[in-house]
Amino acid sequence: MFVIKHRVFFYILTLALLAASFISIFIFGLKPGIDFTGGSILEIEYASQRPDLKALEERFSLLGYADSRFQPTEENGLIIRLHSLSEEEHRIVLRVLAEGGESAEVLVEKRFDSVGPTIGQELRRKAFTAILLVIFLILIFISWAFRKVSRPVSSWKYGVVAILALIHDIIIPAGLFAFLGRFYGAEIDSLFITALLTILGFSVHDTIVVFDRIRENLRKAAGPEDFENIVGKSLDETMGRSLATSFALFLVLSALFWFGASVTRYFALTLLVGVVAGTYSSIFLASPLIVSWQKWRD
Amino acid sequence: MLKIRSYALVIFLAGLALGYFALVNFVNPAWFLGATQYRLGLDLQGGSHLVYIADVSVLDSSEVRDSMEGLRDVIERRVNAFGVTEPIVQVQRSGGEERLIVELAGVFNIDDAVRLIGQTPYLDFRTERPESERNAILEAQQKGERLTEDPYFLATALTGRFLQKSALDFDSSTGEPIVLLEFNDEGGKLFAEMTGQNIGKRIAIYLDGQPISVPVVQQEIASGRAQITGQFQPDEAKTLVRRLNSGALPVPIELISQQSVGPTLGREAYDRGLLAGIYGILAVSVFLLLRYRLPGLVAVLSIGFYVVLILTIFKLLPVTLTAAGIAGFLLSVGMAVDANILIFERMREEVRWGRDLESALGEGFRRAWPSIRDSNISTLITASILYWFSTSIVRGFALTLGLGVLSSIFSALVVSRTFLLAAGLRHLKSAPLFYGVAAHKE
Repeated sequence: MFVIKHRVFFYILTLALLAASFISIFIFGLKPGIDFTGGSILEIEYASQRPDLKALEERFSLLGYADSRFQPTEENGLIIRLHSLSEEEHRIVLRVLAEGGESAEVLVEKRFDSVGPTIGQELRRKAFTAILLVIFLILIFISWAFRKVSRPVSSWKYGVVAILALIHDIIIPAGLFAFLGRFYGAEIDSLFITALLTILGFSVHDTIVVFDRIRENLRKAAGPEDFENIVGKSLDETMGRSLATSFALFLVLSALFWFGASVTRYFALTLLVGVVAGTYSSIFLASPLIVSWQKWRD
Repeated sequence: MLKIRSYALVIFLAGLALGYFALVNFVNPAWFLGATQYRLGLDLQGGSHLVYIADVSVLDSSEVRDSMEGLRDVIERRVNAFGVTEPIVQVQRSGGEERLIVELAGVFNIDDAVRLIGQTPYLDFRTERPESERNAILEAQQKGERLTEDPYFLATALTGRFLQKSALDFDSSTGEPIVLLEFNDEGGKLFAEMTGQNIGKRIAIYLDGQPISVPVVQQEIASGRAQITGQFQPDEAKTLVRRLNSGALPVPIELISQQSVGPTLGREAYDRGLLAGIYGILAVSVFLLLRYRLPGLVAVLSIGFYVVLILTIFKLLPVTLTAAGIAGFLLSVGMAVDANILIFERMREEVRWGRDLESALGEGFRRAWPSIRDSNISTLITASILYWFSTSIVRGFALTLGLGVLSSIFSALVVSRTFLLAAGLRHLKSAPLFYGVAAHKE
């Protein structure tokens, strides 16, 4: 009830968060990883001392690989990013990195990815399609699931509001990612897209529980009880469950973030932010919006 | 009550059995069934994922599928000979292109593997172009056009695809090494046609894009056999025969993408993934116990059952586990918890409104079911689309998530319910301490 009564305040808060995310995306930009741009990434660890980066950069330029970027990690690790490499080129690069020593002894290659440009483009297209498709299907699903509750708000409106909440839920993590990309080198890869799609699925999950309760209370409502009150009551009733579930997911994802593999760390972080945003949007955005829409219609 | 309690016992024992099967390989591989392993993806055990694109431009659309299958067989033979355990060689049609995916688990230094695969020879036969065409192309090339076309020879449909066997022989008179080619039926027919139509003209035999022999056709050759003569060292001829026999490629291929994960990184991902899983499940269990007390204990048992059920499914199918797959599994644990939470919160509510505990339980299940059903459907929608999204990393996640959601519905409805009922509510109807709820009568 509190939320509904003060929904204007929460709208402003939401808009502020969205604005911050948009600004972040606009200023920092989203850094696409090699999954989407093509290119190669090589991660190695030196057995003893990591050589001077400037010297390496020079040598790479001489090879004609002036577009290489170096990122030192931990003590003796190094991540090199450049254009996609053939096996031959890969071997040459390893030799240069070993600085004349026997490459197998001087360094250990932890991983190597090389993606040609066509695959990158294709993945971009697929990612885009996947996101649109999920949003569309969810819209249809919610409208169908709530088809019998067309009074006082028609069922497709529930769908639209849920979608708006969803869009909010993926923009916030994207904004964070843009920030991380600028300052920590985080890149958009297939896992990031996967995280977004998962957030979509979960957030709807959450929103449906609230809408479900509204539906039930509407059915139970004997007389023409004020819609606003019904929604408010429904929110109060489901708040415990929403917070409990989100907390459970928060625990699980935190474990993944802190203790899980490094490749899934950003993935876990994106999901974490998404879960929080999703819970926020179900409680403070979706339900108030339904009320506002109905009031505006009147 | 006895019936419910015996169901609960059955479920409990089943859970133990599943748990044994799922976890025995971690405890002691020497025990019964301890040898069963989970199938690990490349990012957990180290290995390489290679994507090749196949050039099917010279083929009829009807032949493409067969050729791709043939290509797959040849490469698989090659890769098997390399001694890789469980290599995966698959054809994939993507974005209008024909692709070949090769996954080599445990092979990290893929130099040799890639060289091996890439070097499988591509053999094709070409006929001489009529003079007018030849001149036309030569002229165009002077002007800098049509530079990719060969002005002298025209590619035909006869390629290494139709090659059945290759053998080394020596010319009876000169003692020079010759390479004998034997085509299969179809190839034989094509060859007969080709020679029949080009009597007196030259046919060029190309290997990996280079002409190795350009004989003049004397007569139509219906036997399906051909010889490549001229300027071979015995070693060269032997190597060529061997390469041709280990499989001429039906279509040329080019490597467009590769991902290799070293064993240390793989090991790290595996260990850490396991750790994260254990901590995550523990944290959630503590939370459930604190908030819901006795039903919380039921939830923990139910989640436990769910975890061993899903792990057993992973082991049996088998499902290839990746780092993202572990994430999907953990996420589904969170969602399984959610189903239980929905039921319990509903129960609390019913009790607060004055119901007795037993019917509150029934109502809790009944009323929570639509929410559980609807919200899990949306996750399933997402998982299906992610599965289609098609890179193996993402697929692993989608699969574990989807399976997880389905299993969690089962565990929440069947397991939780049975255990709760079996806990004997009738006798504890005024024990709010056990249920974490305060009952008001209004």
